[in-house]
Amino acid sequence: MAKSMTIYLRVWRQAGPEAPGRLVDYTVADANEHMSFLELLDVLNEQLIHRGEDPVEFDNDCREGICGSCGVMVGGIAHGPQQRTAVCQLHMRAFKDGDRIVVEPFRAKAFPIVKDLVVDRSAFDRIIAAGGYVSTTTGGAPDANALPVSKEAADEAMDYAACIGCGACVAACPNASASLFTAAKIAHLALLPQGSIEAPQRAVAMVDQMTAEGFGDCSNHAECEAVCPKGISVHGITRMRREYIKAVLR
Amino acid sequence: MPRATQPVLNAKVPAGRLQDKWDAYKDVVGLVSPANKRKHTILVVGTGLAGGSAAATLGGLGYKVKSFCIQDSARRAHSIAAQGGINAAKNYPNDGDTIWRLFYDTIKGGDYRAREANVYRLAQVSGNIIDQAVAQGVPFAREYGGLLANRSFGGAQVARTFYARGQTGQQLLLGTYQALSHQIATGNVTMLPRREMLDLVVADGHARGIITRDLVTGQLERHVGDAVLLCTGGYGNAYYLSTNAKNSNVTAAWRCYKRGAYFANPCFTQIHPTCIPVSGSYQSKLTLMSESLRNDGRVWVPKDTGDPRPPSQIPEADRDYYLERRYPAFGNLVPRDVASRAAKKECDAGRGVGTTRLAVYLDFAQAIRRLGEQAIRERYGNLFEMYARITGENPYAVPMRIYPAVHYTMGGLWVDYELQTTVPGLFVLGEANFSDHGANRLGASALMQGLADGYFVIPYTLGAYLSGTALNGRLTTSHDAFAQAEHASNKRLRTLLSTQGDKTATEFHRELGQLLWNHVGMARTREGLESAAKAIAALRHQFWERIRVPGENGTYNKYLEFAGRIADFMELGELMARDALAREESCGGHFREEHQTADGEALRNDEDFAHASAWAYTGNDQAPVEHREPLTFENVQLSSRSYK
Repeated sequence: MAKSMTIYLRVWRQAGPEAPGRLVDYTVADANEHMSFLELLDVLNEQLIHRGEDPVEFDNDCREGICGSCGVMVGGIAHGPQQRTAVCQLHMRAFKDGDRIVVEPFRAKAFPIVKDLVVDRSAFDRIIAAGGYVSTTTGGAPDANALPVSKEAADEAMDYAACIGCGACVAACPNASASLFTAAKIAHLALLPQGSIEAPQRAVAMVDQMTAEGFGDCSNHAECEAVCPKGISVHGITRMRREYIKAVLR
Repeated sequence: MPRATQPVLNAKVPAGRLQDKWDAYKDVVGLVSPANKRKHTILVVGTGLAGGSAAATLGGLGYKVKSFCIQDSARRAHSIAAQGGINAAKNYPNDGDTIWRLFYDTIKGGDYRAREANVYRLAQVSGNIIDQAVAQGVPFAREYGGLLANRSFGGAQVARTFYARGQTGQQLLLGTYQALSHQIATGNVTMLPRREMLDLVVADGHARGIITRDLVTGQLERHVGDAVLLCTGGYGNAYYLSTNAKNSNVTAAWRCYKRGAYFANPCFTQIHPTCIPVSGSYQSKLTLMSESLRNDGRVWVPKDTGDPRPPSQIPEADRDYYLERRYPAFGNLVPRDVASRAAKKECDAGRGVGTTRLAVYLDFAQAIRRLGEQAIRERYGNLFEMYARITGENPYAVPMRIYPAVHYTMGGLWVDYELQTTVPGLFVLGEANFSDHGANRLGASALMQGLADGYFVIPYTLGAYLSGTALNGRLTTSHDAFAQAEHASNKRLRTLLSTQGDKTATEFHRELGQLLWNHVGMARTREGLESAAKAIAALRHQFWERIRVPGENGTYNKYLEFAGRIADFMELGELMARDALAREESCGGHFREEHQTADGEALRNDEDFAHASAWAYTGNDQAPVEHREPLTFENVQLSSRSYK
């Protein structure tokens, strides 16, 4: 049988972007080890609605760790204590009965708070729109097997392409840098022949956009890799720098 | 039950040989010149594979596109969660695949309830999708020589499935999202995230706009265009527990239904056989384990009912590999509907496993012995990790426990060959339409259909509509139809907020889900369907008296969004039950217990039910009218679907 647990939550509440925020204490008495962390918040919200209080807003969608919608600081760690796990897949068996857990939004200048735990990550979309693509339109593509790609290159590109764009890397970085996110796309595309054609322009445009959005620079803490739910390697950042330098020295 | 006597549905299937229809259509279809394309605004709702690919493609052609999504970014649409792969008739493995075979497998897999011409076109363009994705930099799995790898999937005897580990949907969607981002950068596409479509605006008989709610500010907005493309996915979340994302909903499609678009085959829902079983009442969603696992995993239950032993202590002789036993030709790779019903049958008979006894084993021990743990890790590593995270068990050592869960809906808004609904100017793409999968969808075909519709079909058929239709170019958002639609949306939001009853949206949703799962789920009966329809109607009335929505309109308010969607799910739920009642046969995912063979297989009735049922809205609390599109099979022989 599943163990019942009591969890003491301290949750960041903020009514809107300009409103002052504060931490508020809540108790969930009927938690259970098989619940996900977001299901714990669901249970809390049902209680709040019945009590006539405003529920806690948090972004989420697929709840299987792939859409990248969710992401909060759980006990000071982006996505919580379990490695390579988005908070929607973090289960309460990672905690003990009676635990006190502080829940806060991802914090960064470039991620303004929308409400409670919801932040605006549209800066990521603008970084991709700056060049995170191969400039093709539909139609006219050659046969898929006309361009062989070594298995090693395809596998490594896939390692970087696995990024879900959740923003945990930014939240964990002492500089609030988006380097891991930006590097993952630069590396994914630069590793493939289709993407290597535009690699120089892409690296410069995306890095410049990252800076313009107000993200900090990378100073090699590698906190990003530690919290990344997909385990994206900081080697991508090395690759990004190499592509960038190659491009500006051309 | 009212039924129209006059056929009103014209599928507009081109004449000629099946193999030539699409080419013949393209030869004569009207075109829009480059100078005129930029004068047209196209509203594309949803940014999954269908909507994202359509918006990117139309933007690339020079149309002015407004793209809307409910999430905070176009990259998060639920296509992203598709795991196993995408089918294409490339025949790279040289194992005998052809366009015809992909067409035939899809028609047969759909239990002969799809339109031949649409399905053939889908198979025809399938190869182009792979080419396009590779050109975008989608990192498909490759062999050591550098060429693309393939695997096999349910319902097929060839390996035609392309994949990117267990994240094929993610990689295809990101390819689409990046193509869309490219068009956003060119200025041809304007992206409006965190928007929910609340109504369709029909002016002078044409779909000319939509009403959206800005989910951050609560503001209602009016958008005018020359055509509306609805790419908003399926309605599986009606069941409360499903593998769909939390935001997946039927609201946009349902609004279109109420504005005159017919809803076809709502009872055709897919229950996927391999999902992680339910663990408790707090459960918010179910997680799929890709069908690709059935390539190497073997499904079994203990032979004895209530066998208390852990799986490791049940010897081979005491195990029943029931799929291999019942369906020797396809074994563990039978189509989804067949596998799901078989699992239900075992559990109903008391042979289920795990604490709830509502699960069967999916066992990799033999594959690990044969191929080594490393090979299995390479093929399915992320799926195994996901299983371990959710259940706390190690599937390399202990067999997975799986049970069927609602996954996909084949039904949807009725569209003709051009993907146009019964409302001129309203097109529906991807899962939101009913067109290609009949009564059951084969694995790895959803990604194929979404991208076929968006990349390769709509660019032609939209051009045909725009070049052949005289639209009022001076129509603006100050037209009465916009005011009327906005007013209706506003009123509904106010009612939801002001009722302040005692039951939350989630509580209503859970009740609705139970009713649908029990009576409009894997096995259906006349009595069950009649009682469900009544119970849902009662629940719907209770909803408007007792719903309690927190907060206010002018702010981010998830539970207000949910409440509106659940109200629509209830109306849809009634229609699902009604449609299931009307269809007196078993086919694909629709299994009526009254119609089965002696050994429990589905019994189709081609004499009376070889048609699509398209339901027309006639008013609140009034019975909808059923229109029938007869399905004529000129190229395939209707046969009883056997996987034995």
